[in-house]
Parts: sequence; structure tokens; C-alpha cells
Amino acid sequence: MPEAIADSNRISGIGTADVAVIGAGVVGCAVTRRLALLGARVVLLEKAPDILAGASKGNSALLHTGFDAPPGSLECALMQRGHAEFLDIRERLGLPLLETGAMVVAWNEAEEDELDAIEAQARRNGVGDVVRLGRREVLAREPALAPHLRGAVLVPREHVIDPWSTPLAYLTQALANGAQALFGAEVCGGSFDGEAWTLQTARGAVRAARIVNCAGLQGDRIERLLLGDASFEIRPRKGQFVVFDKPAAGLLTTILLPVPTERTKGIVLTRTIYGNLLVGPTAEEQDERDRATIEAETLAALIAKAVEFVPALDGMPVNAAYAGLRPATERKEYRIRHEKDRHWITVGGIRSTGLTAALGLAAHVAELLAGEGWQASPLEDPVWTPVPNLAEHRPRDWQAPNHGEIVCHCEMVTRREIEATFASPLPPGDFGGLRRRTRAAMGRCQGFYCGARLAELTAGRLAEPLAAGDADA
Amino acid sequence: MPEPIDTDVAIVGGGPAGLAAAIALRRRGIARVLVLERESEAGGIPRHCGHPPFGIREFGRPMTGPRYARRLRAEAAAAGVDLRTGHSVVSLEPGGRLTVAAPEGVRTVAARRIILATGAREATRAARLASGDRPIGVINTGALQSYIYLKRLKPFRRPVVVGTELVGLSALWTCMRHGIRPVAVVEEGMRATARWPLSLFPRLLGIPVHYGSRLGDIAGLPRVTHVEIDGPGGRKSRLACDGVLFTGRFLPEAALVRMGTLALDRGSGGPAVDQHGRCSDPAYFAAGNLLRPIETAGWCFREGRRIGEAVADDLAGALPVATRTVRVGHAAPIRFAVPQSLSLAGSSRLTGTIQLRVGTESAGRLTVRAGGRLLWSRRIDTRPERRILVPLQGIDLPEGIDAIEIAIEPGGGA
Ligand SMILES: Cc1cc2nc3c(=O)[nH]c(=O)nc-3n(C[C@H](O)[C@H](O)[C@H](O)COP(=O)(O)OP(=O)(O)OC[C@H]3O[C@@H](n4cnc5c(N)ncnc54)[C@H](O)[C@@H]3O)c2cc1C
Ligand SMILES: Cc1cc2nc3c(=O)[nH]c(=O)nc-3n(C[C@H](O)[C@H](O)[C@H](O)COP(=O)(O)OP(=O)(O)OC[C@H]3O[C@@H](n4cnc5c(N)ncnc54)[C@H](O)[C@@H]3O)c2cc1C
Repeated sequence: MPEAIADSNRISGIGTADVAVIGAGVVGCAVTRRLALLGARVVLLEKAPDILAGASKGNSALLHTGFDAPPGSLECALMQRGHAEFLDIRERLGLPLLETGAMVVAWNEAEEDELDAIEAQARRNGVGDVVRLGRREVLAREPALAPHLRGAVLVPREHVIDPWSTPLAYLTQALANGAQALFGAEVCGGSFDGEAWTLQTARGAVRAARIVNCAGLQGDRIERLLLGDASFEIRPRKGQFVVFDKPAAGLLTTILLPVPTERTKGIVLTRTIYGNLLVGPTAEEQDERDRATIEAETLAALIAKAVEFVPALDGMPVNAAYAGLRPATERKEYRIRHEKDRHWITVGGIRSTGLTAALGLAAHVAELLAGEGWQASPLEDPVWTPVPNLAEHRPRDWQAPNHGEIVCHCEMVTRREIEATFASPLPPGDFGGLRRRTRAAMGRCQGFYCGARLAELTAGRLAEPLAAGDADA
Repeated sequence: MPEPIDTDVAIVGGGPAGLAAAIALRRRGIARVLVLERESEAGGIPRHCGHPPFGIREFGRPMTGPRYARRLRAEAAAAGVDLRTGHSVVSLEPGGRLTVAAPEGVRTVAARRIILATGAREATRAARLASGDRPIGVINTGALQSYIYLKRLKPFRRPVVVGTELVGLSALWTCMRHGIRPVAVVEEGMRATARWPLSLFPRLLGIPVHYGSRLGDIAGLPRVTHVEIDGPGGRKSRLACDGVLFTGRFLPEAALVRMGTLALDRGSGGPAVDQHGRCSDPAYFAAGNLLRPIETAGWCFREGRRIGEAVADDLAGALPVATRTVRVGHAAPIRFAVPQSLSLAGSSRLTGTIQLRVGTESAGRLTVRAGGRLLWSRRIDTRPERRILVPLQGIDLPEGIDAIEIAIEPGGGA
């Protein structure tokens, strides 16, 4: 790891933290924020060089209402809490929102028969603003859809958000309010002495009174490592996606959801906050927890599916393909384990709704801690730290004068943005982190034009450099 | 917001095609010719092709790409072209207006005519739907050359190279000269795409070529560690490497066209044009590799010059007004035909040359028919990526027919 990175997060003066959060996925970032705002001394421990190394780097980026969640479940309640808090705080954190609404579309008679139940469940879950739409109404709203559809349930408050800036904003605000984050700090052991935990990490020992395990795809292993047993078993479920180029985004405004099956929400078609159109995810069980590979046949099938829904996508250029792993378990619900005596909370099995529920989960963790008598002393006037805008529908940096240079032409990323992210309190640790903070090299040419310039600009600043050395003269 | 820029002709892209068009326009006396180039330096792709041969036809001697680019810039300056670098065109508006991201902010350009010359690039790993992990070290030739010739950096040390188009073989040469040792070349076809004797090139360098093979899987995180190769007859093998270079499979850089209102030809991937390079909106023209993947720099230069002349004619009112538009149709294995239509002015006599490419190796008779009637034919035996030209000069179109069909018909003979 380059020295600059190591330096910026050397373990310093933590003493005994009130809470150590393990894992800088969206859940860990939200929990760290909540506890910091409640006045706790929090340290976040992440094994990767940057945030979002696990499940949280590849999702559909939807802010869900919980309309289709299991009624009465903790998941449903916390998604709704997360949804509400997100809307409440997002402007102060600079976070964008596309108020698209979603439609569960029935493409055949059997699916049409399901719409009543979907509508009823939404109402039971407190999502009372759903609207039933007939075929004509759907087509009037979305003229690019294949005309053979039969009807839909419209869920107006399903929205599209920025999947990367959101957790970044949570952790940035946490740091501004006193939290610490350590990267390259894999937790590899530890013990509890009745008062506090001492964790062994790749960056040295860290002492904390309490642990919140937000290790996502490794949540069960962390339990086994530190508690001796695991209360659940992670069964990773992969989702692959295809991202179409910007001209595709004009073809659809509303999020398109299929009628769900037992196992999955199914293939979604949605705009992204970055101005693209996304199709995915698949739902594929696998054992591997660290690798989320993409497969040509699956990607081709996703494209075919998208074309089936929106025929004008036929021949549309593909910009990117990616995959994410859901930290699913052998059961459907979230796996919260609260061990009061051992000062331990696991927030595990946050399979496919964690981006939405993260703020709700964080509030839930705070309540569990309060329940054990932990005294919060909420900051009276917390600092708000808006993140730079990456959303296509809001003003971007290239539109303002003196941006230095446009480095990435496809996504219109400026030199000033790249420099600003490296100078920020949470600079990118690796190339993925830089892409997620700026959109650089995420567009249609994937670095054909800007790759070398990025290698030059990032030299010495990333865990794995883009260049493999100097060229022979 | 800064003032709009008003000009006679605005050219989007300062590569060989755009600069050639600009020079031609200035030489024809057009007062205000503006070239908008998004990079910090004009010259286009040749800027980072540190190898000959460029410029033989234009400047009478072989030179490296960077020299050629320098020469083009000097000629443009001498001709009085207003060249603005760091200006990225972000949208095309009907009737000849552009939105431009300029260093001083967003600007509008209003021009009597606009020439699009944004070039072509290679299909990315994502567009090829390649399987596996998504590590660092997977790039295209364009990026490789920028790393080496513009930044003096190596993107990898031991890559696997995918494809044997000319650009792939030229990449091998670039690698070897700058301390990169390709592990192998992978080619889907049973022989190289580039012509003999260049196709012998990998063997001369001692680099194994896997014909009839596909890249099955890319593996490694954060950097490539190996690839799986699906060989002929389902044979799988694994190659250790630290990068993957995808070469060739060019496509026009046509996002501006796709985002706007100009008609796009799905076959070529570029804007649909007539023989004068005129787009569906008559304020817009196009030239160079944006029209089709892919031609040499010299070809694009001459094409740019020709389209520049056409625009000068148009501004002088000398480009004949079309009285008849003839659609140029084509059938598989022909992948595209450029131009996509011919504008005829008061005559049934065809003009110009149609350029074709095939999707698969094909032999037979290349024919031009109108309403079933054979107008022209010749024997053909060709492969993908080879330039095929159909000269139309002097052919008479039958009355009442507004389309020609180009096909490769089975059978041969003279
Ligand atoms: C395909 C797909 C689509 C989805 N779509 C949506 C959606 O549209 N809306 C929505 O709300 N949700 C969605 N989700 C769900 C959401 O992405 C997840 O619920 C969420 O990312 C889970 O986050 P997490 O923080 O629990 O886990 P993770 O993101 O996996 O974070 C865990 C972190 O812990 C770190 N870690 C692991 N072990 C250790 C250790 N020993 N020491 C230190 N650190 C460690 C990891 O490196 C990782 O960074 C989707 C998920 C997928 C996969
Ligand atoms: C790797 C590689 C190797 C090659 N080797 C050879 C060779 O050895 N010999 C040979 O003859 N040919 C070679 N070629 C082909 C040759 O480079 C091209 O034929 C030639 O450059 C095409 O010219 P052009 O003007 O059409 O496009 P380009 O050279 O691509 O120029 C297009 C210009 O438009 C600019 N542009 C694009 N979009 C915008 C926008 N929105 N706003 C403003 N500016 C924009 C670009 O920055 C670029 O400068 C090679 C090509 C590649 C990719």
C-alpha cells in the first residue's frame, strides 16, 4: 500500500473506543454514522483498501418502499425507516434522488392474476399509495414498452439513488463528527475480557467496549471467529447486470419490476442516477464469497430480456457489465444477533435490501445499545458534509468554469473532481474506489481514451497501480 | 453563461478527417472554420501511434503517427483554422447548433454547417460480454498506445492479446519494442484477419497464436492473473498473464449521433449519409472513421478533404439540390454499405463509390441490382475487415426505382 494511504489512517489515539464496527459496506457506514452522531467514539475496521468492497459495490440502486417485503418483518420495518430517513437527510448530504416510481408489470395472464395479491400486500405493508394501471395506462406512461403487457401495479415511492455516494456520504459525515476508519484492517481474531473487546487486525490491535459486526458476506465467519459459533450461514447469491449506454435512458422513466417469484425479485429494468439504463440482476447461488464473475451467456440473456420488455433496446451499445453478491442466508429475514453479555451485535444477512434499510438498521442498532443501558450523548450540532454530485440530472462539475480538464470524456469527469476526491477526508483506496467516487472510466469507452491519463494522474495514490511500470524507451 | 460562438463551419473532432476538412474549407475561402477538439492536443488517434507508416499519400513520405499529427496541426494553423482544444461537444441540436463543454464553461456554437469527425474506437471488454472477474489490466489497443507513446508507461508486462486485425499485430510490435512480452495471441477464426505477410508476424516474434479459440474467462483480483482459453473442439487451457489486450472490432464513436436526432445506420454504427457526407439534417455532414469502422488515417484524411470540399460547395450554393434519393440496400453477408443513400440531381446517372464490409468470409458475385435488374457485378472473394469498393460512376438507374440492392450472390464465373 502506498505510504500516503497508510499514513492517512494510522491507528492513532483511539484508546478504547466505545464501539468497533466491522465492515465498511453500506450497513457499516450507516451504523458508524449513527453512532458517531449519538456521541460514541466509533472505529470502523475494513479489510479492503476502501469502502464498498463486498456486497455493497454491485446492486440495483433502488430505494425501496417495502411494498413487497414479508409483512410484519423486521426487514419491512427497517426498509421503511431507512426510506424515510434517507429522504429526510439526503439534501444535507448532497445525495441525489430520481423519483421514478416503479411498476410491477404483468406480461401474461398468470402474472396478471398475481397483481391483486401484490397490491393487497403493499397495502398491508402500509404502502397505501399504490395504483393499479391497465394496459393502456401503462403504455401511455411508458410508450417504449412492448405492447403485449397486460397491466401493472404502480408503486410511486420506489426511487433510484446513487449506490456509491450514499454510503460515502454516511461515512464522510461520521468521520467529520469524530469517527475513525481503518482500511487494510482485516479483523483476524480477538477476545472479550468482560468489559471490552481487543481485536487483532492486520493494522494492529484495536480495543473497543462493543462490537457491531457488519461484515456482510463474512458475517457468519466473524461470529465464528470471535464468538465461537455462528448464528446463521451465509449463502452468497450472485446478481449479474448489464449497463446500456446513455441513449437508452431516454426509453424508460419508471422502474420496471417483474412479478416476483418465491426466490427473487426478478429482473429489473431501471434508469441509473448516472444517466444509463440497467438490466439485472440474476439470482445465482454460489459458495465463493469474494468473486462475483460475469458470464457471457448470462449477460446475453439479460440483454435479450431487456429487449423483450423494451424492443428499442435491440442493438443498443453496452457500456459495462458487473455482478454483486447478496449476503443471503438459509433464511429470508435479516439476522440480527444481540449478545448483551458479550457486548456484541451482528447485523447480518442483509441480502437484497440493505441499501434502503441501512439507515433503519443503524437506528435499530442504536436502540439495541440503548436497551443495554448504553448512554448516548447526541451531538447537538453535527457537521453535515455534502458529497460531490455524480447524478446526471443535477449540475456536474464540467459545467462550471475552471474545471482544469475533462479527463474522462464519456462520463465527463474533470481533473478538478479527481483531485478533490484524493484530497477528501475519505480518498479512494483503489481504482474501483476512484471510479465509484467520480465515474471515471465507467462509460462507453471503458478507458480507451482516458485510461493512460488516469494511470498518470493516480500514480502512487492507489493500492494497485494502473500501470505496471515505465515503458522501455 | 458565456456568449454563443458564431461560425461558418464547425468541425467536431480534430483527427485526420476533421483537420483535412478544415484545411480544405479554409483553402476554398471559407472565412470562419472552427475545429472543436476535446483532447489537449489535436491530431486524433495518430498522436499515439508511435510507428510508421502515416502520411505517404498526403505528405509524400512515411512518418510516425505523432509526426504526422504534428504536420496536420501545422498545416491547419497555416491555413488559418481556428482550432480549439479542450472543447468537448456534448450535444447536437437540429439545424446546426452544438453544446460544448469549454474550459470557461458550457457554450453554444451556432454554425451554418457542421462536420462530425469523431472517429472510431475498439469494442470494450464489456461490449464483447467477456466472462470472468473484472480486474485491472484489461484494455484496448488505443489505451495501450496512449500508455506507451503519450505517458511512457506499461499497462502490463505479459498480456494475452485478443484478435489478429492489423491493429492487433501492430500492438504486438508496440509491446515488443517497449519491454512488454505478450504471452499469446487468441483468434476466433482459423486464420489471421490481417493479410499475409503481416499475419506471419506473431510467429516471427515467437508468440504462440491460438486459432479457432475464444477467451473463455478472465481471472484475478485486483490484477489479471490468468485467462482460460476455449480452444477448438472444446479444449480448454489456462494461460498465466497479467493483462488482456482486446484489439480491433472497431465501432464509430457515435454517441453524439445516438443522443441526438440524426439518422443512424445500424450496420455501420455511424450516421447515415449521402455521397456528399450529408446527414439526415442537411446542416450536418460527417467524415472519417465515424462513418464506418475502420479505415487508415490516409483514407480518412482524403475523405475529410472531399467532404470539406462538398461543404464549401454547399455554402456556395453549388451542391446540386437532390431531386431524387436512392436508398442503398444490402443483404447478408454484407454488414454495411456507406453511403447509405445517393442524392441525384435531375439525372438518373449514379455517382460516387459505395464502401462495403462483410461479416463472414464470402466468395461469389458482388452485384448491384435495381428492381431486380443487374446494373453491375464482379467476382469477389473476401473476408471481414477488408475494404470493398463499388464504383457507381456512370451507371444509369432505371426509371421509377429509388433503391439499389447490393448483394453477394453464390456462384462465381467471370
Ligand atoms: C445484485 C444485488 C442487487 C441489490 N439491489 C438492491 C437495491 O436495489 N436496493 C437495496 O436497498 N439493496 C439492494 N441490494 C442489497 C444491498 O446491496 C446489500 O444488502 C448491502 O450491500 C449489504 O451490505 P453490508 O454492509 O451488509 O455488506 P457488505 O457490503 O458485504 O460489507 C461488508 C464489509 O465487511 C468487510 N469485511 C468482511 N470481513 C472482514 C474482516 N474480517 N475484517 C474487516 N472487514 C471485513 C468487507 O470487506 C465488506 O466491505 C442488492 C444486492 C445485490 C447483490
Ligand atoms: C490503435 C490504433 C492504431 C492505428 N494504426 C494505424 C496505422 O498504423 N496507420 C494508419 O493509417 N491508421 C492507423 N489507425 C487508424 C487511424 O488512426 C484512423 O484511421 C484515423 O485516426 C481516423 O481519423 P479520424 O479523424 O476519423 O478519427 P480520430 O483520429 O479518431 O479523431 C477523432 C478526433 O475527434 C475527437 N473527438 C471525439 N469526440 C469528440 C467530441 N465530442 N468533442 C470534441 N472532439 C471529439 C477525438 O478526441 C479525436 O481527436 C490506427 C487506429 C488505432 C485505434
